[in-house]
Amino acid sequence: MNSAVLVFPGINRERDMARTLALTSGRQPTMVWHAERELPAGTDLVVIPGGFSYGDYLRCGAIAARAPIMDAVRAYAANGGLVLGVCNGFQILCEAGLLPGVLMRNENLRFICHDVFLRVERSDTPFTRGYNAGQVIRVPVAHGEGNYIADGETIARLEGEGRVIFRYCSPDGMVDPNWNHNGAINAIAGIASERGNVLGMMPHPENHVEAAIGSTDGRGLFAGLAEALARAA
Amino acid sequence: MNGVILNSTPITPALVAEHGLKPDEYDRILKLIGREPTLTELGIFSAMWNEHCSYKSSKVHLRNLPTKGPHVIQGPGENAGVIDIGDGLACVFKMESHNHPSYIEPYQGAATGVGGILRDVFTMGARPIACLNALSFGAPGHPKTRHLVAGVVAGIGGYGNSFGVPTVGGSVRFHARYDGNCLVNAMAVGIAKKDKIFYSAASGVGMPIVYLGSKTGRDGIHGASMASAEFGADSEEKRPTVQVGDPFSEKLLLEACLEIMAKGCVIAIQDMGAAGLTSSSTEMGAKGDLGVTLDLDHVPCREEGMSAYEMMLSESQERMLMVLRPEKEQEAEAVFRKWGLDFAVVGETTASKRFIVRHRGETMADLPIKELGSEAPVYHRPFVTLAKPPAIDADTVPAPESIADALETLIDTPDLCSKRWVWEQYDHIIGGNTVQRPGGDAAVVRIENGPKALALTTDVTPRYCEADPFEGGKQAVAECWRNLTAVGSTPLAVTDNLNFGNPERPKIMGQFVGCVRGIAEACKALTFPVVSGNVSLYNETNGKAILPTPSIGGVGVLDDFAKSATLAFKRAGETILLIGETAGWLGQSIYLRDICGREEGAPPPVDLVEERENGDFVRALILDGTASAAHDLSDGGLAVALAEMAMASGIGAALEPAPTDIPAHAHWFGEDQARYLVTVPADKAPAVLARAQAASVPALRIGVTGGEALALPGEHPLHIEALRQRFERWLPDYMAGGV
Repeated sequence: MNSAVLVFPGINRERDMARTLALTSGRQPTMVWHAERELPAGTDLVVIPGGFSYGDYLRCGAIAARAPIMDAVRAYAANGGLVLGVCNGFQILCEAGLLPGVLMRNENLRFICHDVFLRVERSDTPFTRGYNAGQVIRVPVAHGEGNYIADGETIARLEGEGRVIFRYCSPDGMVDPNWNHNGAINAIAGIASERGNVLGMMPHPENHVEAAIGSTDGRGLFAGLAEALARAA
Repeated sequence: MNGVILNSTPITPALVAEHGLKPDEYDRILKLIGREPTLTELGIFSAMWNEHCSYKSSKVHLRNLPTKGPHVIQGPGENAGVIDIGDGLACVFKMESHNHPSYIEPYQGAATGVGGILRDVFTMGARPIACLNALSFGAPGHPKTRHLVAGVVAGIGGYGNSFGVPTVGGSVRFHARYDGNCLVNAMAVGIAKKDKIFYSAASGVGMPIVYLGSKTGRDGIHGASMASAEFGADSEEKRPTVQVGDPFSEKLLLEACLEIMAKGCVIAIQDMGAAGLTSSSTEMGAKGDLGVTLDLDHVPCREEGMSAYEMMLSESQERMLMVLRPEKEQEAEAVFRKWGLDFAVVGETTASKRFIVRHRGETMADLPIKELGSEAPVYHRPFVTLAKPPAIDADTVPAPESIADALETLIDTPDLCSKRWVWEQYDHIIGGNTVQRPGGDAAVVRIENGPKALALTTDVTPRYCEADPFEGGKQAVAECWRNLTAVGSTPLAVTDNLNFGNPERPKIMGQFVGCVRGIAEACKALTFPVVSGNVSLYNETNGKAILPTPSIGGVGVLDDFAKSATLAFKRAGETILLIGETAGWLGQSIYLRDICGREEGAPPPVDLVEERENGDFVRALILDGTASAAHDLSDGGLAVALAEMAMASGIGAALEPAPTDIPAHAHWFGEDQARYLVTVPADKAPAVLARAQAASVPALRIGVTGGEALALPGEHPLHIEALRQRFERWLPDYMAGGV
């Protein structure tokens, strides 16, 4: 798996992501600076990690979405290339027009860092083949603006087309307002693009890949991707 | 200071007083330079000679702290302390206060406190891997408290989360004595290669001095002086002296600094913290035995028309001063440009040992550089040691109607309740190395891919320090050492953050002197040197001082993070052992204060020999895998510690009756020191008790884990889930406006 991790000024989980990609795929990713105009040749996964690109100034993700490298990412995605955006990466993908909707401030107006439970809605995507549909995984969140919203029509389409990939849920997999920490509509934690090759999610699977550090529940996402790409190759 | 400020402004006694300088201190300046200072020079002296920067009241006492040890690489005097943690690695750490600014403007005050301490750590070449803090707020009922808690916590999170360092631990307390002065002590910890530590001493004549980072603005002028005076009715008017933080710039500054350090560009580096450009440039010169000439025309400014006076005293954040290798200057500049940061040569080192500041072709200041620091006043302030309060006989303290009810009440109080509401606003997992998250005795953070890890904690019990400064100082260190031990680490060194009232009052000075003596004694006895620290005095409003609060930040090392212990019970049927002697000490206990409404008596004495023996015993049990859980006993004593172990696991316990030689409530709530709880498999308990006896360590079998309730003998069982709900409720309810 040749992955490319984008680095914008203010991104701060690029090291976590790079370590997880190396751990789960056996290959070091290439770190790609925001001012570049092209992705490395042979890239088969683009990852936009979490952090506070440009300090979240103006609006989270808004400035990074307009960086030179994002034109290359748009072209890459249009070609069917796999793109994963986590946390600030999800916000950037929304701002870049690669995913619909927007992430608003958490309902309680505070930054929240704790483990959440996610229900994996589908296992037939390149990002979730390491899980079973309906499986509940425990991964951490760390964000102030993770409250997903879009207009009614868009939400209906996302739901109708099965593009909601992860939902916040109770430990036994029930969608319940008490377990939807940021107030996201329909408890949406992660969505895919129309073609299914772009995934944005607020939680941090990359921080739960070792038993000694939290859990290994995040591993399935990366291991599944590595396997999917190995098969394709 | 609006409009055009002439450097030749006549220096009147009123102007001198406005700069926080006493008449005899001004005389000292006249004698030192042999003429009347210019306005810029007066500003420079006020910045260098205030309490915050000069340590003039505390210096003579701080000398008694043990600062050396086999693994100390750098003790106090640099940006941060440095210790050797093996494998060619060094741990760089320090704690610093931002009390005064946080009271005036809680979000920015706390945020820039975090920013400042992070800069101190990465200035030395270390990548920050963890932050901690120690927060003290006024009584919950005080009209400002809720606003301060909300702002300070958001500020700490706002800065650390964006910068990208996990905030892994800390402490939060409430007491009416902090009504007029909250305390915000922030600690940062970083890792560097042992042979790649960077220092502030300049070397070489004619070397370019480079300014890096954000631009200089008019914020924070006289911030350090503000932090060196008590508050009166006008504290709100001091808002403009609080700096504004930009964690985004600091993250860029971190990456740029580490990049040019790795490229070998840096000779010396100093961050611009308190007293900004003045303090950083004079320190670099003085430490290197060199003079410095600054040309302010080249300083990147955020605003037009800034005077020399303003530039020299600005405390704008996210700025660094460096001496670079001349042949590497261009390479360094390219790195800074890449990160979008300012880079300007603003001066050079000279052989003259003068500190010369030029602006628009004129000399604004010309002072002897070494004397600016070395000739700062040093005070042997008078102090009184108050008589120790008498010990309280536990028999005279009323027993509660029910021990179980008292326990339920205690875990639902501001000081003992869960602080989840606070630490869930801090990203405590970024970095992917947080082995033990907040809520335990100490945080455990793996170093890179391990297996080595650091254990980190901050501790102090201010009510003990108030009652008996010497024992209180000892106890703060002992509890820190104990918390590090309880996770299985070997305690290595501390940073201290000494928060007190007005040192010009002999009673306050007596608290300071007593606490420092206690800290020194404990640090010596536990081989736990002080490698960095900070003193914050004048935490006082209208003559009312805070409780003496010497926060101790400790660092321990674990060779293998997988061996660290947590406080949660692990499985049913295990034996619970109480390690250490229980005499039932209720003086200054939480039980006495929060159940009986009395803050009285002598605090528990600390026997440092016992501390070491008991701690070494517990650590050995953890590291050889015998102990499945371990927990330090502190506020609230045995009963509260048991409840915490049960709540962390969801596993209950059945306890044996209290010994009959002390009152039951003294057994359950006494705060005797040097104690731990450990659990061991039942079949191993006899051997462990024998080991304890052989080591002369008191150990007592007090119960067995299991069930869904904490069952104290003769009491109604406390269901763990219900207990947890009470433990978790106070702070969120309070912050939502209830309670």
